[in-house]
Amino acid sequence: MRFLLPLVLFGVIGAFLYMGLERDPRVVPSPLIGKPAPEFALPDLYASDQNFSPAQMQGKVWLFNIWGTWCASCRVEHPVLVDLARQGVVDIVGLNYKDEQDSARQWLRDLGNPYMAVPVDIDGRIGIDWGFYGAPETFVVDKEGIVRHKHIGPVSPADLQNTILPMIAELQAR
Amino acid sequence: MIAELGHFSLILALCVAILLSVVPMIGSFIGTYSWMALSRPASLVLVLMVGISYAVLTYSFLINDFSVKYVANTSNLSQPLIYRITGVWGSHEGSLLLWMLILALWGAAVSVFSRAVPMQMIARVLSVMGMISVGFLLFILLTSNPFDRLIPAPVDGQSLNPLLQDFGLVIHPPMLYMGYVGFSVAFAFAVAALIGGRLDMAWARWMRPWTNVAWMFLTFGIALGSWWAYYELGWGGWWFWDPVENASFMPWLIGTALIHSLAATEKRGAFKAWTVLLAVTAFSLSLLGTFLVRSGVLTSVHAFANDPERGVFILGFLGVVVGCSLVLYAWRAPQLRSNTEFTVQSREAGLLFNNVAMVVLCASVLLGTLYPLVLDSLGIAKISVGLPYFNAIFVPLAAAVALVVGVGALVRWKNDNVMAIVKKMSWAIVVSVIAGIAVPLMMGGFKPAAALGVALACWVFLTTLQGVFERLKNRNNKLVALFSIPAGFWGMTLGHLGIAVFSVGVSLTSLYSIETDLRMARGEVHEMAGYQFEFQGVEQVQGPNYSADEGLLVVTRNGVEVAQLAAQKRDYSSQMGIMTEAAIDPGLTRDLFFALGESLNGNDEWSMRIYYKPYVRWIWLGAFLMGLGGLIAVTDRRYRKVKVRQTSRSESTVSAT
Repeated sequence: MRFLLPLVLFGVIGAFLYMGLERDPRVVPSPLIGKPAPEFALPDLYASDQNFSPAQMQGKVWLFNIWGTWCASCRVEHPVLVDLARQGVVDIVGLNYKDEQDSARQWLRDLGNPYMAVPVDIDGRIGIDWGFYGAPETFVVDKEGIVRHKHIGPVSPADLQNTILPMIAELQAR
Repeated sequence: MIAELGHFSLILALCVAILLSVVPMIGSFIGTYSWMALSRPASLVLVLMVGISYAVLTYSFLINDFSVKYVANTSNLSQPLIYRITGVWGSHEGSLLLWMLILALWGAAVSVFSRAVPMQMIARVLSVMGMISVGFLLFILLTSNPFDRLIPAPVDGQSLNPLLQDFGLVIHPPMLYMGYVGFSVAFAFAVAALIGGRLDMAWARWMRPWTNVAWMFLTFGIALGSWWAYYELGWGGWWFWDPVENASFMPWLIGTALIHSLAATEKRGAFKAWTVLLAVTAFSLSLLGTFLVRSGVLTSVHAFANDPERGVFILGFLGVVVGCSLVLYAWRAPQLRSNTEFTVQSREAGLLFNNVAMVVLCASVLLGTLYPLVLDSLGIAKISVGLPYFNAIFVPLAAAVALVVGVGALVRWKNDNVMAIVKKMSWAIVVSVIAGIAVPLMMGGFKPAAALGVALACWVFLTTLQGVFERLKNRNNKLVALFSIPAGFWGMTLGHLGIAVFSVGVSLTSLYSIETDLRMARGEVHEMAGYQFEFQGVEQVQGPNYSADEGLLVVTRNGVEVAQLAAQKRDYSSQMGIMTEAAIDPGLTRDLFFALGESLNGNDEWSMRIYYKPYVRWIWLGAFLMGLGGLIAVTDRRYRKVKVRQTSRSESTVSAT
């Protein structure tokens, strides 16, 4: 009987390895999902006397996108966001993260501005509250201000079609 | 057209491998000599076919045939010749082909150098290796064909990962593969013994040299990998408990257990079933290593190629190979019971202790490596297991092993008095304790962990040398006695001395290293560990396929220049990404390590890292001694002498079957 032990042990390990195959070790789930969006008040890129805060978005489903001109993947993502904004299905708030304001304005002038508001976080203070992993990142927040989804890395058209847009439609219907 | 020849030759190799895995095996059951005898020529044809295929791929690299997709992905026109040759194993497809080539080479070596082994046994051994070849050839042909075309061909190729354009890469993977795949021989012997249900001391003697050689290659491979990570990755560490490092370390631990339990099986007929299980486990872990590296189930610095489809194939293959052999084990092993007796105070007990320690270490490495995966699969959490876990397990167990290693070799087989030996070695205890106190004080501060490491190293060193003196003690002519000591004993002695050297290196490096991150302007001087580092600024330099910023540090000690350290940040134009090339001034008692960081304030100031690493070379020196010990043990005359005697006997065995 004890000679069967190695086989049993191997079977257990093999099963876990097989399950492991289905998973992407790079996916890091956000502990924020299902929790209220962390509150902040930051000045807007275009009007520094006006503050943006997530509370203003109460009653709307919105996307919270983190970007910076220093971030190469943000440049890849940007046209997708511009396109999404043109469709007008959802409001996008773009947090300008650890960036220089002049180059940020230049970037939006050159590439188009998909954002309804651009709060500026120069020293990256809210990054910890929201658990940023690296720009770009995009959160979906529902009408009650609850974070429903987090996307790490550039949003591709396929991500929009398969995950984000259906989720927005469902949340808006509630 | 040439590339298709390589592909074709690989398909022929598959046909030969299928033949090899079926015909001799059946022959061994029905007792048809000619069917069994087919195993030897078939193994040679197999290596020829795989060799042609490998040569064709190398040729495609040499002539820059970018219509071959694999060449276009890993090489380009400006790549230096040496990296075009080594680029063959620079990525997934080619490294599998190298793996297959080495497997075929081992098979051919067994068929040539095992003339003494009875035909029935050798037919089964080679046949099992043929089965493994079938699996790997199918894997290559179905999921990772290196000869796939890229039409239209690009004008120039991409580039080999710059990290891999280094001397370390030239030899690290082939060495490691020689070790990994070498355990397939031990595995095949074990399976053949299980099939036959018979396992005697002669079997252990046939298997020992093969296992030793494989273990030696693995030791060198791991040491080279560690050395490469040290100077090329620019992190200044020598081991990171990375999943892929662990993947190579697990077979090494089991291989270490195996060469020790084989000693008991050969000399005393003990631990038979256990030895077989270790042989199966060593190779299974080699396959698991391949799976972990190639499937991307774990994140790692080594994750060069991730592809779930390939992962499923390797896992399936792993399941078939390991599953079948373990079923065979469960069925046959009960017949392999050893009926030797020994007491707690005997060399068998010492070897058993070694085995238990190695297996426990391996199990904890396996646990630490797979635990994140298991938790993730169960959806509990995403975690990573790091240094504190491994330290907590390795330090006490390694200390226990060090206590026993030298003494174990002094104890006689079957029954002895350990207390008497310890009493005789009491002078060594005193010397070790003194060394343990003195050396850390000389290093500039007493630390208990360093004292323990040095004292244990000293203890291993002295008890191991005592073994040599014991051999000379009662002999009149000491010189003749010295030369009549068998190579196997020298191998063991050298291996154990390697442990002493290694543990000095590990304990002093990890406790007395000084690592500083600083920013310096040109002409500024930083003082550390009695050395003055003067920053001479940064210059642009051009390499064959990169341009680099080169920072220069002049190191002086008491006004005398010790070294000039030129560290680079290389920009390989053909590939994004900048590589850090650290500058190291090596020395027997310390390394000075310099890695260039970012430029700050334009080009006036640079961030940089300067390390002082005492005795870090001893880590690799120790590993090198261990590997060398494995090699020397193989040259023992008794392996050859036995073969001559066996030849006549094997003939009679064959005619009897």
